[in-house]
Amino acid sequence: MSAFARTALTLALAFLYAPILVLVIYSFNDSKLVTVWGGFSTRWYAVLFADGPLIAAALVSLKVALLSAAIAGVLGTLAALALDRHGRFRGRGAYTGLLYAPMVMPEVITGLSLLLLFVGIGLDRGVSTIVIAHATFATGFVAVVVGARLKGLDRSLEEAAADLGASSMRVFFGITLPLIAPSVAAGFLLAFTLSLDDLVIASFVSGPGATTLPMRLYSQVRLGVNPEINAASTLMIATVGLVVLMASWLTARRGQGG
Amino acid sequence: MSGRLARLFVRGLPLVWLVLFFLVPFAVTLKISFSSPATAQPPYLPVIDWQGGLEGWREFLEALDFQNYRMIAEDALYRDAALSSLGYAGLATAILALIGTPTAYAMARASARWQPILVALVIVPFWTSFLIRVYAWIAILKPEGLLNGALMKLGLIASPLPILDSPYGVLIGLTYAYLPFMVLPLYAVMSRLDPTLLEAAADLGAGRRRAFFTLTLPLALPGLAAGALLCFIPMVGEFIIPDLLGGSDTLMLGRVLWSEFFSNRDWPLASAVAVLLLILIVGPVVLFREAELRREEAAEGRGR
Amino acid sequence: MHAPLPPAAPLLTLERITKRFGPHTAVDGVSLDLAAGEVFCLLGPSGCGKSTLLRLVAGFEAPDAGAIRLDGADLTALPPHRRPVNMMFQSYALFPHMSVAANVGYGLKGLGLSRKQAAERIAGLMKLVRLEGFETRRPEKLSGGQRQRVALARALAREPKLLLLDEPLGALDRTLREETQGELRAIQRRLGTGFVVVTHDPEEAMALADRIGVMERGRLVQVGPARDLYERPASRFVAGLLGDVNLIEGRLGPDAPGGIRTVETALGAIRASGEGAAGAAVVVAVRPERLVVGGAEGLPGTLRGTLVEQTFLGDRIRARITMADGSVLRASAALPMAGPMPAVGAPVTVAIPADAARVLPA
Repeated sequence: MSAFARTALTLALAFLYAPILVLVIYSFNDSKLVTVWGGFSTRWYAVLFADGPLIAAALVSLKVALLSAAIAGVLGTLAALALDRHGRFRGRGAYTGLLYAPMVMPEVITGLSLLLLFVGIGLDRGVSTIVIAHATFATGFVAVVVGARLKGLDRSLEEAAADLGASSMRVFFGITLPLIAPSVAAGFLLAFTLSLDDLVIASFVSGPGATTLPMRLYSQVRLGVNPEINAASTLMIATVGLVVLMASWLTARRGQGG
Repeated sequence: MSGRLARLFVRGLPLVWLVLFFLVPFAVTLKISFSSPATAQPPYLPVIDWQGGLEGWREFLEALDFQNYRMIAEDALYRDAALSSLGYAGLATAILALIGTPTAYAMARASARWQPILVALVIVPFWTSFLIRVYAWIAILKPEGLLNGALMKLGLIASPLPILDSPYGVLIGLTYAYLPFMVLPLYAVMSRLDPTLLEAAADLGAGRRRAFFTLTLPLALPGLAAGALLCFIPMVGEFIIPDLLGGSDTLMLGRVLWSEFFSNRDWPLASAVAVLLLILIVGPVVLFREAELRREEAAEGRGR
Repeated sequence: MHAPLPPAAPLLTLERITKRFGPHTAVDGVSLDLAAGEVFCLLGPSGCGKSTLLRLVAGFEAPDAGAIRLDGADLTALPPHRRPVNMMFQSYALFPHMSVAANVGYGLKGLGLSRKQAAERIAGLMKLVRLEGFETRRPEKLSGGQRQRVALARALAREPKLLLLDEPLGALDRTLREETQGELRAIQRRLGTGFVVVTHDPEEAMALADRIGVMERGRLVQVGPARDLYERPASRFVAGLLGDVNLIEGRLGPDAPGGIRTVETALGAIRASGEGAAGAAVVVAVRPERLVVGGAEGLPGTLRGTLVEQTFLGDRIRARITMADGSVLRASAALPMAGPMPAVGAPVTVAIPADAARVLPA
């Protein structure tokens, strides 16, 4: 690698990680001010764990994330299968567009429009509406992850199974699914983190008693920099780091018998 | 379960969900944009009388309220916000293209052992909370923040730079937050580049620079286009970054929509802004599809 | 081993080239001289180091030891884009986003040619490889054979003194391959460019090369014209590489004038030519087409066996004969045959002419 390339890469990575490092370091700063280092302290973590509303919001977020990721996992896998297996079916272009559009659509639009729908059909806003909203935009992401794996799958394995007398159901559940399972899991994890992170959509479609962690954090952040938030951020970063490691390990694994 | 039924289920379930929870809401939003706050309650009058025939349609169209669109057209605020949104998104995307290309290139040229690590390094921030990462920039950019503190200590400036609550803050925020969206698609294309092509170019006398501009870059163009689209579209409607890092003079449509909805409680107007935003986005997508189709045709046509 | 020098000064000299990848030595002290205008084939099984050697000459790898000289100039430190050597890649490596003409002309930049000169040269090359009319096509719209010709034209554009070809005909089917072999030789003769061809196919090596260099595990084990290697292989490895061969183990008898020795084998005494110390364990190599197979009544001194299998292969018949000691000899007779072919299961006699048998190290 040339010196230029190496410099560019280092700068880019430094740029990406600088804010994260700032958060982590200052979450252990005894002083409230960012420019003053008051010594190493974990007191903000203590404050964090004593913060009732924040913990409650975190639990809501986890619940929503698990449910929406599960739904997105199923829908995304099905969609990926359809795109990979069903060839040039009619309306394929529109299907693809519909699947991937929620991924790039500005969140204010998705949030507002979903809220209007929920109000229109009289659905009470709360955890369920957030779950529906998150599942909708995460499906595309899961489809991308699973689709990539499906593309690289060796079809002859399934063909061999069929040749040996397995029905298409048996082939799917016995051969295909185990082979793509790591990618489905990785997609699930991706949907999970996306849900945990969402602020805008949740703000639109949530209801009383369904405050998510980002919503709570946002209301704090508007009031200014807060070391407790630094602590919360550091924990979230650590969680995500673990999740990413898990996901990359899963996608690196080729699945049983692959 | 018969084969055909299974196929229908596999394809149909996601379709039904997305139509119900993605397309239908747009229709509702469009409808609401033609009403006033008074009428913007369920059952979302005016409602089409399906039995009414042509008369029914005429009544419906007459009952539509265009006041929101009139307000958008007349009030300079919306026009300015629209232009400003396009401007920020365009500028930030351009900056990202300039930064992202060498980064993705460097990643693609790294040894096979390092590449997955580098990819993971780029992905981790992407998976880390957007809100948190933007929030961190507040701590860095504010007048009493790290950047100004460091610059003043180094004696480079006398008084703090007003980066936060300014257009610069927004630009930095956008560039930062969307960097992985530009780098990853670019890297995906560049890493798939056949290394023997580069060897052939070297064999034919091309130095590194010529090989990059005549080979790597043209072949990476699809990745660049994908990255640009992945960045530009969400950026136009971005809310969090202008809200936290921008000032009162950084007007973007996402913020306008939010304040119309939450502060003014004017749902129909917010819907109209949403429609406006959608129209702004559709443009680049259509252009992108056109360019793609034209590229495919070129490859076909030449072959004849 | 060092290949015998052709009379004029060599075009390419490789001096004790060594290349290691971690613990594995891919090229082990290879020395070689190539004459200008010569077609030299590097032949060997996969993993023998022939492709690595080619890449070393092209400049894509740097040797750990040794020197590479072209027309006397040391190439070893030069990066690939500055070497007066060009390569035709196994996968062709055509630039997918450029037309055929743009591909062919890619290497002309920086040579100081005017637009007109460049255009003329491209046109000349297109004519040479018989692809006139394909100038604006994209590589994806070409057949395998056409792509190969574009790759060749592109590699010749800079008029290199030495052209490296990595398995040039590997991707083509049989009939196309033979046709292309002829074309390749014709082009080479016309241009007088030195060719180094890497191949794993012995027939291809024999069809193309002036000299063949056999590589085994990173070492050059024998160099010479095809006929020399085929009739007088230096080892069982080389013998087996160039075609089917019968190998009969035995012990070498005393030295004799004229070079024809006697080898004591399980089948009896066999007369063969070759060197070695008396009493050494050796192997007698005989090509199937040199075995003389006859009916049950044979001349004294012939070996006896039973014909167990006959295969008709169009232009010849291949036969497997089980000998008295249980070993199997393979014979091959061109059709039409002089006499009748013994039936399967019939007793036959096998004679080994002394000049067809070669003594090889065991």
